Amino acid sequence: MKIRKLMCMAMATCLVAGSLAGCGGKKSDDKVIKIGVFQPTTGENGGGGFQEVLGIRYANQIHPTVTIGGEEYKIELVEVDNKSDKTEAVNAAQKLVSEKVSVVLGSYGSGVSIAAGQIFADAKIPAIGCSCTNPQVTEGNDFYFRVCFIDPFQGTVMANYAFQNGAKTAAVITQLGDDYSSGLGSFFKEAFAGLGGNVVSEEQFQTNQTDFKAILTNIKAANPDIIFAPSSITTAPLIIKQARELGITATIAAGDTWENSTIIENAGADAEGVVLSTFFDEAEPANEEAAAFIEGFKKYLKDNKQEEIIPAVSALGYDSYLAAIKAIETAGSTDTTAIRDALKGVQIDGVTGTITFNETGDANKDIAFIKTIKDGKFQFLTTTTVE
Amino acid sequence: MSFTTFLQQCLTGISLGGAYALIAIGYTLVYGILRLINFAHGDIFMMAGYFMIFAMASLPWFLAIPVTLLVTVLLGVSIERVAYRPLRSAPRMSVMISAIGVSYLLQNLATYLFTALPKGYPEIPFLKRIFQIGGLSASFVTFLTPVLTLVLVYLLILLINHTKIGMAMRAVSKDYETASLMGIKINKTISFTFAVGSLLAGIGSILYFTDRMTVFPFSGSLPGLKCFVAAVFGGIGSIPGAVIGGFILGLGETALVAMGQSTFSDAFTFILLIVMLLIRPTGLFGEKTTDKV
Amino acid sequence: MKNITKSKNNLYSLGALVLLLGFLAFLQSDTAGYSYQISILERSAIYAVVAVSMNLLTGFTGLFSLGQAGFMAIGAYIVAIFTIPVEARASVYYVSGISPVLANIQLPIPVALLLGGLASAALAALIGIPVLRLKSDYLAIATLGFSEIIRAFIAAPMFDTITNGSYGLKNIPGFSSIFTVFGLAALCIVLMVLLIHSSYGRAFKAIREDEIAAQSMGLNLFRYKELSFVISSFFTGVGGGMLAMFMRSIDSKTFQVSLTYDILLIVVLGGIGSVTGSVLGAFLVTSGRELLRFFDDPLVIGGVSIPLFRSGFRMVIFSILLMVVVLFYRRGIMGDKEFSWDGLFGLIRRLPDRLKKRKTSSAAPGEGGLKQ
Repeated sequence: MKIRKLMCMAMATCLVAGSLAGCGGKKSDDKVIKIGVFQPTTGENGGGGFQEVLGIRYANQIHPTVTIGGEEYKIELVEVDNKSDKTEAVNAAQKLVSEKVSVVLGSYGSGVSIAAGQIFADAKIPAIGCSCTNPQVTEGNDFYFRVCFIDPFQGTVMANYAFQNGAKTAAVITQLGDDYSSGLGSFFKEAFAGLGGNVVSEEQFQTNQTDFKAILTNIKAANPDIIFAPSSITTAPLIIKQARELGITATIAAGDTWENSTIIENAGADAEGVVLSTFFDEAEPANEEAAAFIEGFKKYLKDNKQEEIIPAVSALGYDSYLAAIKAIETAGSTDTTAIRDALKGVQIDGVTGTITFNETGDANKDIAFIKTIKDGKFQFLTTTTVE
Repeated sequence: MSFTTFLQQCLTGISLGGAYALIAIGYTLVYGILRLINFAHGDIFMMAGYFMIFAMASLPWFLAIPVTLLVTVLLGVSIERVAYRPLRSAPRMSVMISAIGVSYLLQNLATYLFTALPKGYPEIPFLKRIFQIGGLSASFVTFLTPVLTLVLVYLLILLINHTKIGMAMRAVSKDYETASLMGIKINKTISFTFAVGSLLAGIGSILYFTDRMTVFPFSGSLPGLKCFVAAVFGGIGSIPGAVIGGFILGLGETALVAMGQSTFSDAFTFILLIVMLLIRPTGLFGEKTTDKV
Repeated sequence: MKNITKSKNNLYSLGALVLLLGFLAFLQSDTAGYSYQISILERSAIYAVVAVSMNLLTGFTGLFSLGQAGFMAIGAYIVAIFTIPVEARASVYYVSGISPVLANIQLPIPVALLLGGLASAALAALIGIPVLRLKSDYLAIATLGFSEIIRAFIAAPMFDTITNGSYGLKNIPGFSSIFTVFGLAALCIVLMVLLIHSSYGRAFKAIREDEIAAQSMGLNLFRYKELSFVISSFFTGVGGGMLAMFMRSIDSKTFQVSLTYDILLIVVLGGIGSVTGSVLGAFLVTSGRELLRFFDDPLVIGGVSIPLFRSGFRMVIFSILLMVVVLFYRRGIMGDKEFSWDGLFGLIRRLPDRLKKRKTSSAAPGEGGLKQ
């Protein structure tokens, strides 16, 4: 009897321990190096995150191996979904840590990147952000890098653009509780006021809010020349269409997130004239890498049943991958700290231009592409820099 | 604030209130009969949005609307069959938890089937025609929503007061057990109630989304909660109460945003609820109930 | 005889405890390699605290409150505000700056956790006065409302210098080891169990069973309800503080209604009215969500990819499982019983018989036909 009891107990313990240990994954092969893809494929930013994943997957297809100390290593992507949610992001990031990835790429959305940043830093795993533009991502984090520009720059660029094109008054709409939206909005506000412009209206909305009419009516009453509304692609078409319906004719502008074809799809003709800043323009390849990427990736998009417009975030995903393998090669080892140290010195000719990193880990990027929506397409307007 | 702005805000508020009212009726009907907060009601409303998108993809609008409404009604009735009916004799808490579960399931299902990306709502041309009256600018649907709401409510009240099934509904909501003893088919009556509630949610969904143009898996959750508050505010079980609650909520929320306090527009809903529950727990038009030992 | 069983059971408990500690020590020995498992277990332990505190309210006092997320938010923000290292604060509050009153106050973690708990308990005491007069679902929706109001205040731009509004707080110090989390969680849960077994606990149960009867027995309904609500909120606040330390960065969106629903699901799954059930539920739900992750990855069998397996499938499966529990196993895993070794062994002993019975009963018609 007693033996039976003991055996049952032992079995139960083994089961629990086994199931927990089971999710640890297989032993890594000697010739394989793992790169973690930390992206949202569901949740609020699921759409944009997926486009970034596509860019990374494509990069992996083009550059499937990396040479470390004369030996060829196969690169294995470990994808996790952080669900655009900080709580989920913690577990997803820990999963990458226990999978023993050498570098992490991502994430779309600054909030989740900030949430996971400390985990990667504690585990001494370098992370390369693709399109997370909030300054907090890399600030004070020795292991976080990014290949895109940051929001203070982006906010200034848009303020400059608005001011130079005759806008004297602006309204700013931001999303409560969202690092990206609130941050970019406040940087724009600061820069625009600094130029001598007047911010006549500041409005906030809640996550998952669908009704913007009351906010927009206020803005209409303030009659600004430009409305700056950095937000997710979920809210973008709502703001655009409701503004036009209320008879607001002011230019609507936003940041990088808006360069996404779903906005044109959903807002239709109302999206015409929207201005945004972004990282990349497929019409003007910066170098050979870019030209090859544009051609190859379009085909890849088609194979994956996506629209054949290259999202900037896919390009950044591709670049972050390039930066990662370049750093691994330079470091000459799979040691994560060595790769981190190597990242500080690498220079890559990426699709979005030449990339080097400064002390905080941000890409030294001083150029942004301003685009507008015309005839149902994103059209290149101008490039701007900030001195 | 100029007068035009004021009028424009009023219009927004009334139109929003109309849509809220239609959804709130669904809550009030179900609560009146089952004493259940149908947490899934907001998600039925969201699903109706998706049904419309798919119906419009292959059908002209005058066919798409009835198809959408039919599917929405089926969804509402089958949720009741599957998730609430087996719990008829269970404690109220279990049923409520089941309702939360259904809401959770519908949201996840929508995310899975239609992705988290917002889907554009198809435009029904005559509803989207934009009218300009002086400085006011609004589409036809904005004007139509409150009018249609009132017409539907009138019809519903006629249904409840002057038809046999309406009488059954009233009987069941008054006293469940006695009603069944009197030979009223409880299950049929409840199914019918869910059908009516879902139908109104479907119509509300068409009006609401035509006005707001995109649907995503969580677009039903917040309006759902707010409409429940509207129903409680008006006095749960009372249809005119739900309608008035809906309009008060829509107007109040819009007024708050108009005053530049958009941060608290959601909080306002709940503050209103708590104040009401404290002053008059039965709501504006609710009836007093006493506990039986 | 009874004493022997009791001491034997104590021995088993001791053995299980040693095994658990050994297992934790094993994980702790390689924090990098097992970080995923550790993070799941830590989160489970934290959710267990909150779930037990919800159960104290829902299962033992019969008050259905949906305000957990709000009280967790208070605990989390208090802990975060007072523990973020002073030198890091300038970079955390990078937009609006930090209020000078708070700028230089840094509290030790235990004090901050306690303060977080006390703050949410104090708020609960305040909210309780009006809200606890309400009945069942009204109470649920009112507490849910309060939780949303708290969240709105946290996100409000006018409190930016305190809560950092939309930008969230980061650089919150984390736990040094998994033992700290489990120790704290165990302490909280043990305190709540002691309360449940005290005369107060019996009063709570009396209210749950029949309010009017309890009142006529001379129980001061409001006093006990308020007490239960305040104590539950205290531990919810502490749990929130622990969550902040676990996540290292928080913002108002962390504490949406869905967080409350998550906790509710744990309580329901574990069994309303069972402390051990809630603990078990917390570990099962949290690890279950992670284990089901493979549903999200494309599945390829023999070169054919199964179209069902893609992003989001996991949560669909998870919610269906949940509905099955709600509909068919309404009492959850433990019902309102507590875990005991006798119960476990009894179950294991009966299991083969039960399976046999099921087999014979399904085979019965055929056999019966032969006999007749």
